[in-house]
This record gives sequence, C-alpha cells and structure tokens, in this order.
Amino acid sequence: MSVLAFSLLALGVAFVLAITRAALGPTPFDRVLAVNTIGTLAVLAIAVYGFFDGRPEFLDIALLYALINFIGTIAILKYFRFGTLGDHPHSSKKDKSE
Amino acid sequence: MSMVWQIIEIVGYISLGLGSLGVIFGALGLLRLGDIYQRMHGSGIVDTGGAGLILFGLLLLSPDWTVSVRLILIGFILVMTSPTATHAIARAARVSGVDGKLSRKLKPKPKVKPKPKTKGAK
Repeated sequence: MSVLAFSLLALGVAFVLAITRAALGPTPFDRVLAVNTIGTLAVLAIAVYGFFDGRPEFLDIALLYALINFIGTIAILKYFRFGTLGDHPHSSKKDKSE
Repeated sequence: MSMVWQIIEIVGYISLGLGSLGVIFGALGLLRLGDIYQRMHGSGIVDTGGAGLILFGLLLLSPDWTVSVRLILIGFILVMTSPTATHAIARAARVSGVDGKLSRKLKPKPKVKPKPKTKGAK
C-alpha cells in the first residue's frame, strides 16, 4: 500500500518537473514534448490511483487518455506544420493565385 | 502455493518502486538536459522504463484477469504510440530548423553564400 503511495508521489514530482519544462521550453517542440510526457504520466497516475483506491475500473479512463494523448500530439504538430488542422493549405486555390 | 503468490506480490512492488524511480529520473532529464534532442532521451525513459515497469508491477498486483487485460492493452497502446509521437516531434523540429547543441559544433559554416545575396537583390 505504501509502495503505491510512493509511486503516486513520484508521479507527482515528475508532473512538476515536466510542467516546469513546458513553461520554460524555448521552442514550441519542447513544450509539445513536455505535454506528451505529462500525458503519459497522467495515464500512469490514473492507473496507479485506481489500484490505490481499490477501483481498477479507472484503467478504462487511462486507456482512453493514452489514445487521446497521441492524437492530440499529432494534431498539435500538424497545426505547427500547416497552420490549419482541416484543409491542407496547398490544396486551396486562393494560395496558388496569390 | 501461497508463497508463490507472496513472491509475485513482492516482485510487483519492487517493479513499481523501480518504475517510480525511472519516472522521476526521466522527468529530471526532461528538465535538465540542454537541447530538445537530448530532452527526448528523458522523455523516452519515462515512456519505456517508467511506464513499462509501473505497468508490469500493476500487472503482477492485479486481482482479476480483466484488469490484467486492460493493463496489457494500455502497455500495448503506449508502446505503439509514444515512439511514433516522439519521432514526429523530432522530425518536425528538424524540418523547422531547430539545431542541436552538438550538431552546431560538428557542422562548419559555409564560407561563401551566393544564394542569399541573389534572393536579397530580387
């Protein structure tokens, strides 16, 4: 039981360190990397807290969070690259005419 | 038979503690290393060592087989997605021109640059 509490504490410390990097990060990619790590830490924290509280049904939430974290990272990177999330900017005719 | 379960529980707790240490050291590397390509190393420690050991420890502590299936599924998804996300971040940083600290030392600057002058004149 105390090992689970220690694990939650360690995950909290890692949260603080990763959030500090996300706040300090000089380039946007540092922030994206830190947010990706925070998502992985959140998945682990949800899973460990489910065991700590005796309710392993929390693992379903951790599963969904892992999927959404990946999709969110790829979406942010695509936004950095193309400026939009939906349409590809080179496929629209306005940009070509300009 | 009960001794085997006790040993499995102890191994699960040890794996959980080691995974917690891995998570702390990975996050420390993410904070303290000097460059985005070096910080990816710390992020990789969190994604592989920390997450793998914590999920393995929880797998040994799981009371039911449905919980074990969910833990294996979470581990599979993390193993599949986190290298892909890190690779995408590295490629995006490289394409957008973020230089590493070591690569700047290794790459000498070209002495003659005719192309920017023509672009500036145009």
